[in-house]
Amino acid sequence: MNVFVRSAGFLTSVQDLGRTGFRQSGISIGGALDSHALRVANALVGNKDSAAGLEATLGTLRLRFDDQRVVAWCGGAFAVRIGEENLPPGHAGLVAKDEELIMTAPKTGSRAWLAISGGIDVPPVLGSRSTDLRGNFGGHEGRALRDGDVLPLGERSALPVRVAEMFGDRRIAEWTAPSAWVTTAARDRFLRVVRGPDWARFREEAQTSLAGAPFTVTLDSDRMAARLDGPDLPRLDPTDLLSEAVAPGTLQVPPNGKPILLLGDCQTIGGYPKIAHVITVDLPIAAQLWPGDLVRFLEVTLPDAQELLREREENFARFRVGLSLQMS
Amino acid sequence: MRIEPLGDSALIVRVVDDFARDPDAALNAVLAALRSLEAAAIPGVIELAPAYSTIAIFFDVAGIGRAAAKHEPSDWLRTRIESALTARSAGDKQSVATPQIEIPVCYGREFAPDLDDVASVAGLAAEEVIRRHSSAAYRVNCVGFIAGFPFMSGLPSELATPRRVAPRKKVPAGSVGIGGAQTGIYPRKSPGGWNLIGRTPLRLFDVQREPPTILQAGDRVRFRGISREEFDVLSQ
Repeated sequence: MNVFVRSAGFLTSVQDLGRTGFRQSGISIGGALDSHALRVANALVGNKDSAAGLEATLGTLRLRFDDQRVVAWCGGAFAVRIGEENLPPGHAGLVAKDEELIMTAPKTGSRAWLAISGGIDVPPVLGSRSTDLRGNFGGHEGRALRDGDVLPLGERSALPVRVAEMFGDRRIAEWTAPSAWVTTAARDRFLRVVRGPDWARFREEAQTSLAGAPFTVTLDSDRMAARLDGPDLPRLDPTDLLSEAVAPGTLQVPPNGKPILLLGDCQTIGGYPKIAHVITVDLPIAAQLWPGDLVRFLEVTLPDAQELLREREENFARFRVGLSLQMS
Repeated sequence: MRIEPLGDSALIVRVVDDFARDPDAALNAVLAALRSLEAAAIPGVIELAPAYSTIAIFFDVAGIGRAAAKHEPSDWLRTRIESALTARSAGDKQSVATPQIEIPVCYGREFAPDLDDVASVAGLAAEEVIRRHSSAAYRVNCVGFIAGFPFMSGLPSELATPRRVAPRKKVPAGSVGIGGAQTGIYPRKSPGGWNLIGRTPLRLFDVQREPPTILQAGDRVRFRGISREEFDVLSQ
C-alpha cells in the first residue's frame, strides 16, 4: 500500500528519529529536525516512536493514499485539509482511500511533521529510514521528494483500524496532545541555552550580547544550521581550536563573530568555539526558524535543562499511556 | 583529564591537553580511553565519538536519571566515566591494538592538480613530495566534516601546505589532499579546499557496509603509490 506524492512542495523528505551510532564515521544524526513532534504525531496514529514520517518545509504538499489511513501532524502554523475537512495539528484524522491530504503554506513557522499509520516503509539504511540529504542516502532514494513519487507504507497495525472505527461518522479525533508539543511555531522565539565548552574563550561583551540581544536568521540557513546576524560575539583569543564533537543545538561562532546554530543535519565535528548550547526541549522552536525570524537566547543552568528534558520525557510516557487507554 | 558538558545530553572528555606535541601518544591515550568507556557500558550512554584529544559521550537524560536513582544524574555519570577511565590507568598499560591499513594512491598528474603548489611550498621536486608522502606513517585523528572523511596526522612537516584560498566546488571521490599539517581523503564528490596530490581507487565510505567507513579514529595508515593501470584495475 502506498502514498502518492501529487505535489512534493518546497522541501519534503522522509525522516524518522535519526541515525545514531555512526558519529565515529562522521555521519550526522539527521532525522526530523523536531524529533519530538514526529514522536507525538506517531503516537497519535498508533505508530511506534521510530516510525518514519514526512518532514514538510513550507507546505504546499499534496498526498493521496490507496487505502484508508490515520494521519496526524505537528509543527508550524500550517493549514491541513483531508478532502474538505480541516485537520488541526495534534489530532488524528482518517483519510479514505483515494482521498487527498493537502498542506498549505504556514502563517508562522516553517516545518511540519506528518505521521501516517503504518509508517513510511522505505528500506532502513544504517539503522534509520531518515533521508541524509547531504550524503544522498536513506529515505526515498537518498533525496527530497519530487512530484509523482510513490512511497510504500507499512502494514497498518490493529490499533489505527480500531481508532478509525471509533471515529464513527466523524473523521477527526477529539483527543489531542499538549499544545506546546503540536504548535511549536506559536511558542515565543526565546531559546534557552546552557554555557558551551568555550564560553570562557569569549569577551565579556559577547557573553552579555548573547543573553538578550535579538539575532536575525539569515538566508543561508538550512537543515544543517540556522545562521544568525546580530551583535558581534568576539573571542579573547583568535587561535584555532582542534575539531571536536558538535551536536544539534550547538551555538558556534566563526571568526566573523556571527553565531551559527547547528540543527539535525550538522556535521559531527567542528573547530569553531562553542559559546552556548540550546537545550533539548527548545530544539522544536529552533526547528521552526526561517530567514528573517528574530530569535533571542536566555541562559539556564544545566540541572534545570536536564530536569526540563526529564519532565518532558515523563509527560510523553504518560501521554502514550493515556492514548493507549483512549484507543483500547 | 577534564570533563565538560556539551549541552544537556552530551559530555566532552578531554583525555590529553596537548594533541600537537605528540599526536601518536595522544591517539593511543584516546583509543585506550574509548575502549575502557565501551567496556564500561554505562547505562543511558547512546554513543561515543572520538576526535583528536577528546571523546564525546552522548547520553539519554531520562535513561541516566533512571540508572542514577537517587543521585544527581550528571554527577552520577561523571563518577561512572571517571571510574571507567581510572580503572584503565591503574591496570597494566598494554598498548591498544590499532589496525594498520594500506591505501593505494595514484599520484599521476591527472589526479594531482595541486602537486606543484605543494612542491613549491616545500621547496622540493614533485617526485620527492610523492616519495615522502607515500613513505610516511599516518594515523587517523578523527573522521568527519563529511561522512567518512579521515583527518590524518603524520604528514612530514615540510609537506604542510595551507588550504587553498578558493575551495573547489567539486573535488572528485577518492582525492587525497593536504590541508595544513594534515592529510586526508575525500570519500565522495564534495566541495573542498585541500591541495589535491593523488587519488585512491578505494571506496572509503559505503552505506551498504557496516561500519560504513574503512578508516576509524586511531587507525594507522600508509599510502602505497600505484600506477594509473593499477588504479583502473582496482577501480572496477
